[in-house]
Amino acid sequence: MPLSRRSLFLGAAAFGVPAVLAGCGSEDPSPATGGSASGGLGTVTLGSNASDEVPKKSLEAQVKAFTQGAVKVNTVDHNTFQENINRYLRGTPDDVFTWFAGYRMQFFAEQGLALDISDVWRDIGGDFTQAFKDQSTGVDGKQYFVPSTYYPWAVFYRRSVWEEKGYQPPKTLDELTALAKRMKADGLIPIAFADKDGWPAMGTFDILNMRTNGYDFHIQLMQGKQSWTDPKVRQVFDTWRGLMEYHQPAALGRTWQEAAQSLAQKKTGMYLLGMFVAQQFPEADRDDLDFFTFPEINPAYGTDSIDAPIDGYMVSAKARNVDGAKALIRQLAQASSQNIATGLDPGTLASNSKADTSGYSALQKRGAELVSQAKHIAQFLDRDTRPDFASTVMIPSLQTFVGKPAEIDPLLASIEKQKAAIFR
Amino acid sequence: MAAKTRRYSARDVTVLVAGLGVAIVVNVGLVWGPTLASVGLSATDWNGIGPIEWIGARNYEDLAGTYPPFWSAVRNNVLWLGFLGLVATPFGLFCAVLLDRRLRMSRVYQSALYMPVVLSLAVVGFIAQLVFSSDYGVLNAVSGLHVDWLGDRAVNIWVVMVAAGWRHVGYVMIIYLAGLKAVDPALKEAAAIDGANERQAFFRVVFPTLRPVNVIVLVITVIEALRAFDIVYAINKGRNGLELLSVLVTENIVGEASRIGFGSAIAVILLVISLGFIVTYLSQLFRGEEER
Repeated sequence: MPLSRRSLFLGAAAFGVPAVLAGCGSEDPSPATGGSASGGLGTVTLGSNASDEVPKKSLEAQVKAFTQGAVKVNTVDHNTFQENINRYLRGTPDDVFTWFAGYRMQFFAEQGLALDISDVWRDIGGDFTQAFKDQSTGVDGKQYFVPSTYYPWAVFYRRSVWEEKGYQPPKTLDELTALAKRMKADGLIPIAFADKDGWPAMGTFDILNMRTNGYDFHIQLMQGKQSWTDPKVRQVFDTWRGLMEYHQPAALGRTWQEAAQSLAQKKTGMYLLGMFVAQQFPEADRDDLDFFTFPEINPAYGTDSIDAPIDGYMVSAKARNVDGAKALIRQLAQASSQNIATGLDPGTLASNSKADTSGYSALQKRGAELVSQAKHIAQFLDRDTRPDFASTVMIPSLQTFVGKPAEIDPLLASIEKQKAAIFR
Repeated sequence: MAAKTRRYSARDVTVLVAGLGVAIVVNVGLVWGPTLASVGLSATDWNGIGPIEWIGARNYEDLAGTYPPFWSAVRNNVLWLGFLGLVATPFGLFCAVLLDRRLRMSRVYQSALYMPVVLSLAVVGFIAQLVFSSDYGVLNAVSGLHVDWLGDRAVNIWVVMVAAGWRHVGYVMIIYLAGLKAVDPALKEAAAIDGANERQAFFRVVFPTLRPVNVIVLVITVIEALRAFDIVYAINKGRNGLELLSVLVTENIVGEASRIGFGSAIAVILLVISLGFIVTYLSQLFRGEEER
């Protein structure tokens, strides 16, 4: 491997230290060499953001089953990987890299940094629903992404607490408000909430907007084609402000982990978050965790849309071992690979429709059911819009709203102005 | 004849060229190059991938007119400088003066005050979270308060400045202690004989002799204020009330946003502010040299 080491170094010299981080952050390249190099396709490099223990183990297990060549996994810290993705792809990227579906994928495909893998999709297409294919397709109609696992967002609660108090999952916004009032009277904080890291509030905005204005409007808004000063957006924030008194106070000083623990400790009644909330529950309490989809606000749209971000893989435009890379993603798209992933990581679901769901936990089964009932699946705000808009405009703006929910109009005017500067 | 007037041998010249050449290459490559590149890029809307498009002063207009975090960052940078310069630094001097009076157990106080200096500001940030977190923090638990110290925009910047000052005080104290030890005791005795009280002796005699130390401390304070980054980044990535110019540069350039032109414009503004202090300092320094 002296050659790739050397080119990594050159890439680092050209693009500064962050490229080093993104290129070879892991000092000990995982010895996940499935089969030998004699498998015929040589060595494939895989840049991975799976730095957390469970996802890392899951990826290693999946790669081990690859027999057509050797795989060298370069693991980089999750956030570092994302923050350096630009420099990484322009430098000396690995052949295959972990990434996210939706606009966030399209953005890099449009810049010519990803390889067209439509030929792979001609083989694997039958294993995925149209929704997954759409989320893997660039604006030019070609495919650039292979889905692996995903996780739905919903309102989570502890079944034991709800049974004890006799709460029922609300079907409409009014029922939700009534339930929250009851919880307050019972001494619970109705809705756990945290936004210190900036992104969790995006989930609340997404669902309120999709429930109020529908999926199409939401996606157009994300793509900069609708105005933030539209009364429809104003209505979303009005609804949110109305619910704010039932949210856990001091949210801007709290991480999602801390909010999830307040739910686990039965201090809060419910929590809108991704299924990964289960990570904060001790093994013994996980069966007590249940959820319902966010209730209906506008009957025209009902509960037909949810956020369910898809994680997966792309091939970089500069891949050196293209044949090996395509063979590897073909393998990772298989049901067999995804069965390994969902078995090891209980917070995720397999995207391949042929995956074996008999091993799913109760929570996973309900998650899969929720997604199958949804007509539209969004990817989450920071995956449905431009990365610069999400991080430099939406995070500070939503935090401003959470801090001062009363001042909506100046905030929306400011978002619209900044949007115009970014989308021009 | 010619051989006699040549003052440098070939070897000397080689050494000179190599030595100066390396210095110049490093200076141009690592300091001037990036600086001028930033200034140039600040007039473009480059995203790090596509073609570079010239847009003139539009980034600066956007910064001032449509980007709310910018003015918070400017305000916070000024507050930071003011707090360190007007509160933390004088307090460090005060501690040094007290400890210089050979109090009993002064070594213990000295160590206690100096201890935080060994910590990186990022670590100070983590410690601050343990103390100030609204749900799990020590302060709320002990005092029974329910203040959102780190999330409330009205208070979090003060909390963080106190945490940063905690380290800064020890730093300044140790420098002043060294300076005070070097003051000739005869000066103080002479002042006492002339009938000066302690206050007068300090402000009229001791403090003026500390001028070189004062300049160093001033420079350190300004640099600390301008490079503040790690503590707010450790706490909440420098968002929601903790914005600083250095954080905005990082957020726009290094983060996934990749607004390189826009981020460069912020960097240029930070550069201009720094230059103001650096030029003032250097001109003071050179004037002092000439007078000598």
